[in-house]
Amino acid sequence: MNFKSTIGFEVHFELKTKSKIFSPSPVTYGAKPNTATNVIDWGYPGVLPTVNKEVYRLGIMVALATHSTVSPVTHFDRKNYYYPDSPKAYQITQFFQPLAHDGYVEIEVGGKKKRIGIHEMHIEEDAGKNTHGTNGFSYVDLNRQGVPLLEVVSEPDIETPEEGYAYLEKLRKIVQFTGASDVKMEEGSMRVDTNISIRPAGQKELGTKVEMKNLNSFDHVRRSLAYEEKRQEQVLLSGGRVQMSTRRFDEATGKTVLERVKEGDADYRYFPEPDIAPYHIKQEWIDEIAAGLPKSAEARFDQYVNEFGIKPYDANVLLQTKESSDFFDRAVAAGADPTLAANWMNTQVNGYLNDHRVELADIKLTPENLAKMIKLIKDGTISSKIAKKVFAETVENGTDPKEFVEAKGMVQLSDESVLAPMVKEVVDNNPQSVEDFKNGKDRAIGFLVGQIMKQTRGKANPVVVNKLLNKELQSR
Amino acid sequence: MEKVTEDMIKHVANLSRLEFDDAELSKFTSQMGDIINMAHQLAEVDTEGVPETVQVVDRDTTFREDVPAKPTDRDVMMKNVPEKANGFIKVPVIIDKDDND
Repeated sequence: MNFKSTIGFEVHFELKTKSKIFSPSPVTYGAKPNTATNVIDWGYPGVLPTVNKEVYRLGIMVALATHSTVSPVTHFDRKNYYYPDSPKAYQITQFFQPLAHDGYVEIEVGGKKKRIGIHEMHIEEDAGKNTHGTNGFSYVDLNRQGVPLLEVVSEPDIETPEEGYAYLEKLRKIVQFTGASDVKMEEGSMRVDTNISIRPAGQKELGTKVEMKNLNSFDHVRRSLAYEEKRQEQVLLSGGRVQMSTRRFDEATGKTVLERVKEGDADYRYFPEPDIAPYHIKQEWIDEIAAGLPKSAEARFDQYVNEFGIKPYDANVLLQTKESSDFFDRAVAAGADPTLAANWMNTQVNGYLNDHRVELADIKLTPENLAKMIKLIKDGTISSKIAKKVFAETVENGTDPKEFVEAKGMVQLSDESVLAPMVKEVVDNNPQSVEDFKNGKDRAIGFLVGQIMKQTRGKANPVVVNKLLNKELQSR
Repeated sequence: MEKVTEDMIKHVANLSRLEFDDAELSKFTSQMGDIINMAHQLAEVDTEGVPETVQVVDRDTTFREDVPAKPTDRDVMMKNVPEKANGFIKVPVIIDKDDND
């Protein structure tokens, strides 16, 4: 018997704001427990939530980037549940009128393009963090309480684990390039819940869903879905029925393990949030946000490859983060040769970041200084060897490359009227090399170039020196 | 109108992490029934042709600009916390319970 899989995703993105969604306490990562909260986060009696405008703006950006329809009227709802990480005993979310709906992302698997529908996306508050001890107690940190989240719910269009993987990659890239979220799974700014059901080919109604929550990586998502497909198939083939349940992926064995069985949907008793009035999103605001939407990764790739002539591999390296792509764009805008800029970004700059375990934002290199340095290479002022010294200086201290090169007298010597007499002198002083050259030993040239370099302390332009040496030797 | 039953009260109590004995259960079932009945008087109002709404104020919510304010000191926030440990709120481990547990 053949089976068909139906896979769905609920992906949470932490939206990149400075303050929380309903209170002005700061959004932090890695702060000491309970040091980034106030009475609103703790749900004290008498407090009122106020909506952070930026949360709407960032949410609308993602909506636009995924071709979703922004709802003209939105309001918040209460989702009621009792858990120690939720001080109010409800989460403020959007249930009846989500921020946006009916979008899609396009994926490509095995050369085939496919649209994956987005059912809806809504904004809501995150809960605190519960750490379970081994002694029968849990420890609650409310710093995360009220951090803004955007939840993106897919349509059941995904049919294979590979399509699921491609969907997540694409969605992550889209959100990343809006700048709305850091999209880091390891820091929890992107969190993935997935569900899968299978049904015999030809059957219309969907099978029973199994959910897997908070998977660690896209690879775990793919592997757990692949495992579930097989497991559910075996259950059905042996005449059993799939239990509606939540399972967890066990990394060590590559299997999924039953966590708990669910009988029917959870009863959250949603109702409209009485503390926050609805909000009508005006078309002018949507247009304004659309006009300021950063260029997508796809459009950038297209420009890098087709306009700048950068190799697709290098373009993809630049596009690994929005920060690196933005940095590159600014360097090019400042006059850097795109190919040279791409090479420097992907080798020296990335090497420096990896060696020092820092990010672009943490270092003193500016796109403008990178562009200046590349211009000095391009016009022959400095050799690529000297450029490495200039780079080391500007990345460490933010020094202006042009000023540095002039101050240190590093300017490459390309002037033939200066170099020609030197070449003549070196040849005069090394008759053995002339002999060797005539006997066809190419190494002789290398030796003579070395002599010139020594005399000029590495500043001579090797191309010009080679040319002059050849001419001089031929004439002997 | 649906009648409030003991099973409904049990279910809601369970969702709210409350435990009632039999005497309480029967008392709350009848009390809750009375409350719902009272609220149901609203159903007598003719709302034919009146659009549904989720608000009683005729204006949009006012946004707050994304400017962080100084958080409240932890010592102050933790004053009402019965049990604490290393800056955390200490609570008994809660395991999700279903109705049929």
